[in-house]
Amino acid sequence: MAMPSVEEPTANTRPAGPAPVRARRFRTLHRMFAPFAEARGMPRFVVWAGVAITTFFIVLALFSPAIAPYDFDQYRTADGVRFAKQEAPSSAHPFGTNVMSTDVLSRVIFGARTAIEVVVLSIFVSMAIGLPLGLMSGYFGGKLDRILLVFMDALIAFPSLLFAIVIAFLLSDTFGRGVTTAALAISVVYIPQYFRVVRNHVISIREEAYVEAARAIGARPRTVIRRYVFQNVVQNVPVIATLNAADAILTLAALGFLGYGIQPTEAAEWGYDIQRAISDAGAGIWWTGLFPGCAIVLLVTGLTLLGEGLNDVINPVLRRRRIIPVRFPPLRRNGNADE
Amino acid sequence: MTQPPAAEPLLEVRDLRTHFSLRGSFGQRLVGRESGSVKAVDGVSFELRRGEVLGLVGESGSGKTTLGRTVLGLAEPTSGSIRFEGQELVGRRERELRPLRKRMQMVFQDPHASLNPAMDLLTAVGHPLIVHGVVKRVRDTVPMVTNALETVGLSPVEQFLPKYPGDLSGGQKQRAMLARAIIMNPDLLVADEPVSMLDMSVRAKILELMLELKSEFELTYLYITHDLATAKFFCDTIAIMYLGRIVEYGPTETIFRDPKHPYTVALLGAVPDPDSSEGLPTDPPRGEVPDAAEPPLGCSFHPRCPRAFERCGWDSRDLKDRLEARWAGMPESQFERERAVIGDIEALESPSQAAIIPAGKGHSGSEVSALLDEMRKADPAEPTWSGIESTSVEPGGLRVRFRPPVEPRLGSRDGVDVACLLYGESEPPGQDRLDSDRSV
Repeated sequence: MAMPSVEEPTANTRPAGPAPVRARRFRTLHRMFAPFAEARGMPRFVVWAGVAITTFFIVLALFSPAIAPYDFDQYRTADGVRFAKQEAPSSAHPFGTNVMSTDVLSRVIFGARTAIEVVVLSIFVSMAIGLPLGLMSGYFGGKLDRILLVFMDALIAFPSLLFAIVIAFLLSDTFGRGVTTAALAISVVYIPQYFRVVRNHVISIREEAYVEAARAIGARPRTVIRRYVFQNVVQNVPVIATLNAADAILTLAALGFLGYGIQPTEAAEWGYDIQRAISDAGAGIWWTGLFPGCAIVLLVTGLTLLGEGLNDVINPVLRRRRIIPVRFPPLRRNGNADE
Repeated sequence: MTQPPAAEPLLEVRDLRTHFSLRGSFGQRLVGRESGSVKAVDGVSFELRRGEVLGLVGESGSGKTTLGRTVLGLAEPTSGSIRFEGQELVGRRERELRPLRKRMQMVFQDPHASLNPAMDLLTAVGHPLIVHGVVKRVRDTVPMVTNALETVGLSPVEQFLPKYPGDLSGGQKQRAMLARAIIMNPDLLVADEPVSMLDMSVRAKILELMLELKSEFELTYLYITHDLATAKFFCDTIAIMYLGRIVEYGPTETIFRDPKHPYTVALLGAVPDPDSSEGLPTDPPRGEVPDAAEPPLGCSFHPRCPRAFERCGWDSRDLKDRLEARWAGMPESQFERERAVIGDIEALESPSQAAIIPAGKGHSGSEVSALLDEMRKADPAEPTWSGIESTSVEPGGLRVRFRPPVEPRLGSRDGVDVACLLYGESEPPGQDRLDSDRSV
């Protein structure tokens, strides 16, 4: 099919050299991570600080048995010698021991594992429920939207911690009082947030011309939602997910602190440790409360920095791109250079 | 209609109506009551033969885009009939329409918004193939997408396949949209102002491309535009739309040579003429396109029409416009004196055949009458006055009775169909009264 005299589209394409078509998968990844490479200044610092802190805790969580000197519920050495109770930091126990005679450092490290487990699981569950509901509610609208909206608003209106406690209480019969129960209780709190954000975004995207264009080519609603709506909504999700993760850490700690969280025999949990350290504080035993507290603060800070940084980096409205300075090739002296 | 009847028309639209219901105030929304409707398309009929290009021309708000969307089933018609190769489309569900979408495609006005920003060109252009199950995987669409992109002039294709819409210019995006529209080899292409968002230099090229595609793929176009200049270049037949109705419909040449409807005349007058020494075109129609939720009675164009006369469907809103136009051009002291004569002018806002102009506090109906007489004397040529049948002084104001409106119908005249009372055979008054929901 020959097309006579069409210069316009080719005229302003970039002179891309030999430009081999790269693998599609790689290109998508490249497109996803390009904003990170382009970020400069404060957003760059914020996002990378968040990445560093979060990675640190993820590494602790993944390799906690290897990193921690003792097990989280270990109160005696392998030889059967009991640890001292509330012992000050020493070379054997760098963070000291607590009222249960367990090693504080080990509990902090295993606590990271619990926190990350719970947060990942709860984010997964709340996204798995909140995203599809938000997509359908926003795209189809009507009665479904009304009903879901009222229901979700009711959930939001409920005090979230109280709500998590009730759910944890209800679920403890079926799932025991371990990581699963805590994660489910927390995820229920965050489902409405995903739902709300996704739904509102979908409503604005639904009116875009490209959604109608997709209908015009004969795409089913399922295809339209998946390929046209979701692809454009999903960019916001990492930001909400990380910010919610930071919040979820606090909720988990609060549950543990109040005694509705994870059973102490199941896993190490920072909130529970702090609760047990309350009476220590008055007696000048600072190490039992300080270290789990610091862990909470640090992880929450890291996740918040990551979330805010992602927002700055990904969101095209907030994003400031680097200005690439133009460098001319150095002039070659040809005898009559007029420099 | 105007040409000898060929084979069965590809697309036949009869008396199509698309009304959008309005939700009124907060209270009405709370109880879910609807308050009236916007008649975006209100009784439109046309037919489109294979290989023909029909231009739907009108100002913003004339319902031309809604008509195009309704034809493709993207907006739901209220009543009427759309036949595509004899198959009735109205009343079908979206699921049943889907197989037909292979054969009717649309190009949208805004190329920047009509491509998914998160989809590369290969996936976007090849998506109809996957949607309709021609091929299963994106990889298998490459040969056909390459072909389509070459056809629309996006080459070298290998460079364009991995690009995202953000990397393309407006003209390139519109070419990509055209490639996507023709990839299924459709019969009908609805082009909704395909060039209005593009630079002048790119416009002509896109239109040329569309003409080439037409001959290559034997396409039939429904070309929607506000631009008579491109319509003249592109269309075989033109339908001029105003407020949801076709006011003039006929072969392009005839309409350009001898426009019948005053609106068409006004539109043609608004086309800038580079050879003219007069500068800007003269005599644009006065005012704006009226609110489609409450269109003027009778002929919708009459408030703006330079050739309106007594039967065009005058009502109280026209009287209000006259008053406001008069007051806008007078010194403040005089305005305040006259304004005091008339009470709540908003009372005229609801269309009424026998409206009362309320007199102001301390003034009587006869003073209002005197004011109207004075206005009439100041501008005796104004056709609004001819629409007033009688006036009578009543306590609290002046009752003004207007002549019963006549709805103009499309009637054949010198080779074109025109809906204007100036040309229609005179219908007996009273027979063609308005629907009860329009008159008050």
